[in-house]
Amino acid sequence: MKLVVLAGTPGSGKTSVLLHTIRTLVKSGKRPAVVKVDCLWTDDDQRFGKLGIPVHVGLAKDMCPDHFTIYNTDAMLDWGASNNADIVLNETAGLCLRCAPYPDECMAICVIDVTTGPNTPLKVGPLLTTADIVVMTKGDLVSQAEREVFRERVLDVNPSCMIIESNGLTGKGAFELAELISEGPEVRDNMVLRYNPPLAICSLCTGETRVAHKHHMGVLRQLDGFMEYRGE
Amino acid sequence: MSEELTLTIIGGVDKDGVPEPVKFLEVSKGEIIGIVGPTGSGKSTLIDDIEQLAQGDTPTGRSILINGKKPDALTRVDPRKKLVAQLSQKMHFLADMTVADFLQMHARSRGKAPGLVDRVIELANTLTGEPISPDTYLTVLSGGQSRSLMTADIAVISDSPVVLIDEIENAGIKKQEALQLLAGEGKIVVVVTHDPVLALMASRRIVIRNGAMVDIITTSREEQDVCSRITQVDNWLMSLRETIRRGEIVEELA
Ligand SMILES: Nc1nc2c(ncn2[C@@H]2O[C@H](COP(=O)(O)OP(=O)(O)OP(=O)(O)O)[C@@H](O)[C@H]2O)c(=O)[nH]1
Ligand SMILES: Nc1ncnc2c1ncn2[C@@H]1O[C@H](COP(=O)(O)OP(=O)(O)OP(=O)(O)O)[C@@H](O)[C@H]1O
Ligand SMILES: [Mg+2]
Ligand SMILES: [Mg+2]
Ligand SMILES: [Zn+2]
Ligand SMILES: [Zn+2]
Repeated sequence: MKLVVLAGTPGSGKTSVLLHTIRTLVKSGKRPAVVKVDCLWTDDDQRFGKLGIPVHVGLAKDMCPDHFTIYNTDAMLDWGASNNADIVLNETAGLCLRCAPYPDECMAICVIDVTTGPNTPLKVGPLLTTADIVVMTKGDLVSQAEREVFRERVLDVNPSCMIIESNGLTGKGAFELAELISEGPEVRDNMVLRYNPPLAICSLCTGETRVAHKHHMGVLRQLDGFMEYRGE
Repeated sequence: MSEELTLTIIGGVDKDGVPEPVKFLEVSKGEIIGIVGPTGSGKSTLIDDIEQLAQGDTPTGRSILINGKKPDALTRVDPRKKLVAQLSQKMHFLADMTVADFLQMHARSRGKAPGLVDRVIELANTLTGEPISPDTYLTVLSGGQSRSLMTADIAVISDSPVVLIDEIENAGIKKQEALQLLAGEGKIVVVVTHDPVLALMASRRIVIRNGAMVDIITTSREEQDVCSRITQVDNWLMSLRETIRRGEIVEELA
């Protein structure tokens, strides 16, 4: 069984790219299945469903979607196995930007929208910096120079990644992506995360709703960047 | 750039999936080739295929060969090895950066010296009206200023042996100067155009209809003569345009 974790900011083109990639995978005899994790709502399952492959949705609701993805990874793999899949493709919401839900033995793919400008790679954090493959989408909407500058910025923050310039509308890049996925690692037991989840738990995580600083405990970072520990 | 260079286009399919009439076209170093056809017919799509060095993986199914061979993966993607520079139809930048920062970053991505930035801006300012300054944000540049900067950027930083130009006449910049800058010496130049002067300056032109290359016309002697005559008319029009732009009065009817 192979695991692909595909993450990226909302609307970056994850589903569009995956749809083309899945068609290529199926043509080459693979048996992919998709798990879509989102926060509140998604209709991606209907888009994937049209391809006639097994699809499952997980909604993280009030949990961090990346945390939700992480501790449900084995459940996804079991579900994939029981549906006779040999590749589980996990499209995540990727909203947190501090967590990255990539285990070590997976193909970690970050999808990033070129039209958001070349400062975006600096903002995305571990989602981008710890990915194996970075898929740049919507290059059809900017000039060649902008695509090249964006690419340079991606390599600044993740020098060892493979970059694929893809187009979610035409399917450009899907063939290369499918090839890389087919060559990706097999999952093993005892997978470990690539990146430490952020420091927790503050009192907001446990239900505090009052705003003022004096009501909060745990590890807190102040506006000037200084970290403190409040509590016992 | 003294080595031989040929660019080959292997035909694919039109918008209806029917094989296109022109199945093979080879372009050599030093040639300017035009692309003409109605709006929406697929001219930009053809130069996008060339930019991507398509290998049957775009909606047109075309393949592009360099020196008769399939280009390797790095030539296709790594800007430091890229053979193709493209001035697309895009009239605006989306990047939230200053002109100087952007050009510096672009020079780096192409493996060029940062010192080129000043040259690009200087050159861009010879093509546009109101000058561009290095600390302007890209997103506030006008359409004409953006096109001038894109043009100068390609001439100086991208400086590749194959140059693709999409409708340079529509930007309100000096089109013949711009073409000269981009064409340089001994390059393969592909120009999408609706402009008779530019179309007839090419030695051949590809005719596009319904997504397909339907014909290749070699510019005849008669057409070359027509070209030099309309160039004069065109230059006159351009000088009138400049006069009016400067806020002056047009005096004589030549
Ligand atoms: N122009 C252009 N549009 C694209 C491209 N890729 C995707 N889109 C469009 O971008 C929008 C969002 O694409 P999706 O594939 O739904 O994005 P997503 O990342 O799966 O979105 P969520 O699952 O909601 O986070 C759609 O309207 C797509 O048609 C591209 O390469 N070029
Ligand atoms: N061979 C083809 N197969 C499928 N779709 C195509 C093909 N050629 C062009 N198209 C589609 O046709 C549309 C118009 O093409 P394009 O933008 O290249 O036209 P154009 O000739 O450059 O028009 P304009 O003069 O307005 O710039 C695009 O959506 C493009 O994807
Ligand atoms: Mg989606
Ligand atoms: Mg066009
Ligand atoms: Zn998180
Ligand atoms: Zn918290």
